[in-house]
Amino acid sequence: MEDKIAVQIDDLTVAYNYKPVLWDIDLAIPEGVLMAIVGPNGAGKSTLIKSILDIINPIAGSIQIYGKPYKKQRSLVAYVPQKGSVDWDFPTTALDVVTMGTYGSLGWIKRPGQKEKKAALEALEKVGMLAFKNRQISQLSGGQQQRIFLARALVQNAAIYFMDEPFQGVDATTEKAIINILKELRKAGKTVIVVHHDLQTVPEYFDWVTFLNVKKIATGPVKDIFNDDNLTKTYGINYKVAVNQ
Amino acid sequence: MSNAQIEIQLIASLVAIACAIPGTFLVLRKMALITDAISHSILPGIVIGFFITHDLSSPLLIVMAAASGVLTVVLVEFIQKTGLVKEDTAIGLVFPALFSIGIILIAQNANDVHLDIDAVLLGELAFAPFDRLMIQGTDLGPKSLWIIGVILVITLGLLIAFFKELKISTFDAGLASALGLSPVVVHYGLMTVSSITTVGAFDAVGAILVIALMIAPAATAYLLTNNLKKMLLLAVLFGVCSAIAGYWLAHGLDTSISGSMTSVLGLVFLLVYLFAPNRGFFSVLYRQKQQRIEVSLLTFLLHLGNHHEEEERHVKHLNEHINWQKVRSKSVLDLALKNNMITIEKDIVSLTDKGKKFTTEAIDYIVTNKNSEIENMKDRFFLFRG
Amino acid sequence: MNLQEYIELVFTDYTLRTITLGTAVLGAICGMLGSFAVLRKQSLLGDAISHAALPGIAIAFLIIGTKNSSIFLLGALISGLVGTFWIRGIIRNTHLKSDTALGLILSLFFGFGMLLLTYIQKIPNANQAGLESYLFGQAATLLESDVWLMVIVTSISLAILLLFWKELKILLFDADYTKTLGFNTRFLDILITSFIVIAIVLGLQTVGVVLMSAMLLAPAAAARQWTNSLGIMVILAAIFGALSGVVGTAISASHNNLSTGPVIVLVAGVFVLFSFIFSPGRGLLFREIRFRKNRNDLQLHKTLSFMYNIAKTHEDIAHPHAIKILNNFQGFTRKSLQKLEDKDYIKIQGNMWSMTESGYQTAANLYNQLTNNEDE
Repeated sequence: MEDKIAVQIDDLTVAYNYKPVLWDIDLAIPEGVLMAIVGPNGAGKSTLIKSILDIINPIAGSIQIYGKPYKKQRSLVAYVPQKGSVDWDFPTTALDVVTMGTYGSLGWIKRPGQKEKKAALEALEKVGMLAFKNRQISQLSGGQQQRIFLARALVQNAAIYFMDEPFQGVDATTEKAIINILKELRKAGKTVIVVHHDLQTVPEYFDWVTFLNVKKIATGPVKDIFNDDNLTKTYGINYKVAVNQ
Repeated sequence: MSNAQIEIQLIASLVAIACAIPGTFLVLRKMALITDAISHSILPGIVIGFFITHDLSSPLLIVMAAASGVLTVVLVEFIQKTGLVKEDTAIGLVFPALFSIGIILIAQNANDVHLDIDAVLLGELAFAPFDRLMIQGTDLGPKSLWIIGVILVITLGLLIAFFKELKISTFDAGLASALGLSPVVVHYGLMTVSSITTVGAFDAVGAILVIALMIAPAATAYLLTNNLKKMLLLAVLFGVCSAIAGYWLAHGLDTSISGSMTSVLGLVFLLVYLFAPNRGFFSVLYRQKQQRIEVSLLTFLLHLGNHHEEEERHVKHLNEHINWQKVRSKSVLDLALKNNMITIEKDIVSLTDKGKKFTTEAIDYIVTNKNSEIENMKDRFFLFRG
Repeated sequence: MNLQEYIELVFTDYTLRTITLGTAVLGAICGMLGSFAVLRKQSLLGDAISHAALPGIAIAFLIIGTKNSSIFLLGALISGLVGTFWIRGIIRNTHLKSDTALGLILSLFFGFGMLLLTYIQKIPNANQAGLESYLFGQAATLLESDVWLMVIVTSISLAILLLFWKELKILLFDADYTKTLGFNTRFLDILITSFIVIAIVLGLQTVGVVLMSAMLLAPAAAARQWTNSLGIMVILAAIFGALSGVVGTAISASHNNLSTGPVIVLVAGVFVLFSFIFSPGRGLLFREIRFRKNRNDLQLHKTLSFMYNIAKTHEDIAHPHAIKILNNFQGFTRKSLQKLEDKDYIKIQGNMWSMTESGYQTAANLYNQLTNNEDE
């Protein structure tokens, strides 16, 4: 393949409490794709993202972002965690959460100023949440909370976006809005990697897909590899049940 | 041993048994801290009961105290339901407030209450033999012995009668309600028994030791077994042994009996925590080291299975590409060789047939999320462990 | 002593001034750092740490043989930290859950501490007076040097909070994300935990081992109800804490036989109770009022949309209809009709009602909203 490689993973093995979760993963994600990671529950999808982002230490293997380790490439990467991973009753506003996206580039101790606030407001506008900027985050609906998380990642203005189940528990309108933003990002040449649950929407939303179940089953363009054969290998013979869920 | 000494040890042992039984269920239900809350918040109940009856050994005190214990649970759950604060904060707010009320009530009426604050925290086991139950002039033994004895008999009766229900609702609340066992009834039943036991024990051993006697034996037993019956028996055993040993320690050092009993409980827990065969600190440490090498071995074998190119199978690749430290890769190679999983020819590593079979089976188990099966498999395949 | 005498005394009496100042500063630092403990879901860690500090105080006394509150603080700090790390060790290394680990360390350390305290009491000629004050706190034993120490520690922790405000806030909200941005979460975690332990240890002399955790939680839990901003919450918690300290000291000093600790805790408890009920945003009272209002609004909306459906069938929306036909619809009352007229949604003439333009628009909007919601 001639394309530039955004994320290169070699021989990655991850274990929780010495139970293997990901085994010997080799994966090259080309620049500019909108990729879904699919697989059954417990397949290690979130773990894969967290390993790339250095939240979890793998026991073996190497991960490179544009040829260098993550620690040196932080500014190129943005992350949208699972919505359920934080306490939404935390005393803070939507604007404040989005501004957190600028903390990485600010570094230690320095406070966000006008420039950061402006960037945060722009991101809020992009996800259609400007009217809610001073809302306490617990007073937002599930879909609105997810948009706030997306805006926080947009503020990071990165080259690669990682998203952990951004469509979980959101309404249809928000799902459309999010996927439109993701497609815009791809048009702008960014790489977007999404942990995804809903197999039915894969062909519509994504152009690249990775099948994962502890091992890597397959990776490539959706039109080439999104087929019964790979689905069966990933989900077992009953994959149709998974599709209809 | 004098009569009084025997009686004290008897009371202490009965208290330990009566606490260990509900304690075991509280630990298993992740509600250990509710004992902390109950043991503190029964204080105002005891004090108010005393104001009404002016008799420290009146049964009304036990009723009042148990009521304030249940009130604590209800209050905590009410605050949790409002969603205004997190769950643990609710516990942390309720019991200090109630305890403070108790302390202030005592202080305000210091002249007519013979409850002093040390006794509240530590109990007065040493004096228990002096307060005797007399019926028509016959001495039937210390009052506290009778109180805790009755509580213990009730607790044991409930335990035997509802053992199955308790067990199911503790380990599988969903199944329990499907079978028509109301989790709410079991929950409040357990809370009531815990409150009454706490009250009965409180008089003898004080607020803090009640917590220790409920939690520590059960937690220690839980480090040794997963079987509910064994856990109950072990908890009782630890409780009684610590109670008696604690008494003699206090006797030797001339210190508070309940403080000594707690310290012995602490020592027992520390020893089990460090040396328990499967879950102790050292065995966990040892097993982690073993597992680390064995997981590395699995990873390495799988890598060999995945890659047939010679370059990927070169010994040096272990260090360079898989990114391991040199020492670890050597011990992994040694282990694989010892177990006949691989052969090395001119620094090129290949899987043996046994190695291939092992790898295929291992990955099957991992993909189907049956990680526990891997341990059995290791027993079958390994001649030497990591 | 009555309240007025007390207030005069605060300005004239050196001891009372020291005590009042001490409890105020203590309340402030506890409220400030307690906010972080509450938001980190470590509310009960404070309880365990304060109990775990007791053997440290006793051992410090056994070693130096005299009463010296700074050495006691050091002892308490060491044993509090040992307790904290052992709790973490138990949770990490065994399958015991955090509640069991907290309860274990709390009771075992405290029991051991009491063993040592009773042992000390039996030592002939030992000047053990004052050690018991660590159980329930005795603000009267506060010296000016103790207050200075509190002021210094409070200033340091305030400076740390201001310096690392942004980092601590994001750590509290989303630790994993914080890590991906390149902040050292472990350092931040140890930093904030250490300061919480220090605040607890500082309060032992005044509030006591048994009730210290409430001092940490109550001001923060009260403050949380009044604001949705972390900064304001921390400031409010500090103010509530300081007020609890001052008021509690005043009450306990003006009565006989009242330990300071329980009184301060109860005052803080009153703050919590008041906030739970009366805070405008989250309080139970306003929640109930809002709930009733919503229910009434819903009734009105139902009536209005029923009228809308009738009016819609006519070309002229203002065409009058008999009130009688509303009888088919159960939800309406004379009162609700009156309310609708007050809002200028309908006009009532005799037995007839007619819709106004604004009533028609409102009803149409309601109708659209309803159908939109169903789509989502």
